[in-house]
Amino acid sequence: MEPIVIAKNLTKSYTKGLRALDNVSLKVNRGKVLVVMGPSGSGKSTLIRTFNGLEAFDNGELNILGIKIDSTHDERKIQKIRRRVGMVFQQFNLFPHLSILENITLAPIHVQKRRQIEAEEYGMYLLSQMGIDSHAKKYPSQLSGGEQQRVAIARALALKPELLLFDEPTSALDPERVNEVLDAMRRLAEQGMTMVVVTHEISFAKDVSDQVLFMDSGKVIETSPPNIFFSNARHERSRKFLNQLDKH
Amino acid sequence: MKINQKVFLQFGICIIFFGLMGILINNLTINLIRTGLGFNFSWLFKPASFALAEHPLPYTSSDSYAWALFIGWLNSLKVIVSSLILATFLGTLIGFARTGKNSLLGLISAGYITIVRQTPLLLQLMFWYFVGFLGLKDNIFIQIKNIFYVSNQGIEFSGLIFSSEFLALSLGLTIFTSAYIAEVIRGGILSVSRGQWEAFRSLGLSEKKGLIRIILPQALPAIIPGLTSQYLNLAKNSTLAIAVGYSDIYAINDTIINQTGRAIECFIILLVSFLLLNLLITNTMEIINRLILKSRKYS
Repeated sequence: MEPIVIAKNLTKSYTKGLRALDNVSLKVNRGKVLVVMGPSGSGKSTLIRTFNGLEAFDNGELNILGIKIDSTHDERKIQKIRRRVGMVFQQFNLFPHLSILENITLAPIHVQKRRQIEAEEYGMYLLSQMGIDSHAKKYPSQLSGGEQQRVAIARALALKPELLLFDEPTSALDPERVNEVLDAMRRLAEQGMTMVVVTHEISFAKDVSDQVLFMDSGKVIETSPPNIFFSNARHERSRKFLNQLDKH
Repeated sequence: MKINQKVFLQFGICIIFFGLMGILINNLTINLIRTGLGFNFSWLFKPASFALAEHPLPYTSSDSYAWALFIGWLNSLKVIVSSLILATFLGTLIGFARTGKNSLLGLISAGYITIVRQTPLLLQLMFWYFVGFLGLKDNIFIQIKNIFYVSNQGIEFSGLIFSSEFLALSLGLTIFTSAYIAEVIRGGILSVSRGQWEAFRSLGLSEKKGLIRIILPQALPAIIPGLTSQYLNLAKNSTLAIAVGYSDIYAINDTIINQTGRAIECFIILLVSFLLLNLLITNTMEIINRLILKSRKYS
């Protein structure tokens, strides 16, 4: 099993005493899906943002695809990581002044220096995979939330990443739009994509994930396979959280 | 407020306004009669009989006042346009540095903005003129190959000569305006959401490329209005040319008033020339603004 993400004792505090990450260690192997759950403010977003260097940390060590980074936040190594890791955000963060296709070809053309025709061909292929190739010439504001998020996934895939990070990808969507995004993510998991997903979607976690990691106050409370986590969570804190989720 | 109260108030304001205008016009006529000059522009075509150190078009002291004023207007235009372009470049770079991730560059640019904005422009112009250029030695101070010379006479670059007056004014205006433009750019950049930065960074785009391709295009609508008002300020500030002895329209007007006593006509000319200049700037920026909005097919 080839590890893609290895985190060792990651610690980060925003202000003194308040820890966003408290001694977090984890491992994700190639082709596996890790779902990160936890109450808001538990540090789950901060955690996955450290994986592609959007957040620095104060202590500990990260190994992403064999590239090691530590608290010095070495820009050159982070740049190398970002070329091999895709990210999808809660608010989509599409570039509003670029067309859908331009959103997708931006990185291939300007980061990987691929030819425009080639980048556009692959971009169209990705859009058709996401079922939105008919929107290629439109602008993000002309699309629904679910469509925008699928564009965002296609954009993250354009660099042919070996790891995909999802930061609450369905939290900003209307309920009837959630499934189209989750289905796209399911298909990616089936194709063997390594993914780390921060989400509250229990059904997705149950069906797709290999491991569920539960966090609270910056600490990892438990890491269990989904069948155990959702039926018989080991930790009192996890059970309480799941009860609360059920009520909603 | 009742309706008749409103009418009464507006009526009162009208009386005060027309009263003041009447006093001013009355003063003007009395003064015109006293000086015995009358109000006309025929003197414009008499020979100016003063020399001009700088003239982009041919000029001798036997040319008319009108031609001298036009030369002054061209000189103003020259210094305004060159400072405007340079200040935009410099201001953009400093604005970028101010918002960038490099903390040393951020600190330096913050210091620059503070110092430049907190000292009077007149003082800065004097500094560049007397300390910057006249402080140089008589003979050539810097020479690069045979095409670039710097001395207290100014700069010569392959046959093109820039006087030290022009350079001091242009440099002073550039630096002064760039500090304000930097703040306008910074404000525009900060108006773009954090998510856009995270998105381009996570795609592996460098800070420079992200700034130019992603952040700046979205910041422009917030930048253009502020930029326009800085350009207008620059144009008006250029009249401080008189302090360093550069023959801009204001300085030439001043000389003509001294020679002819035609203060009223001269100020009308000055007013109209600046109005024309600033309308030119405003309209150009308006066109640019419209082009940008047009290219934004989204939103």
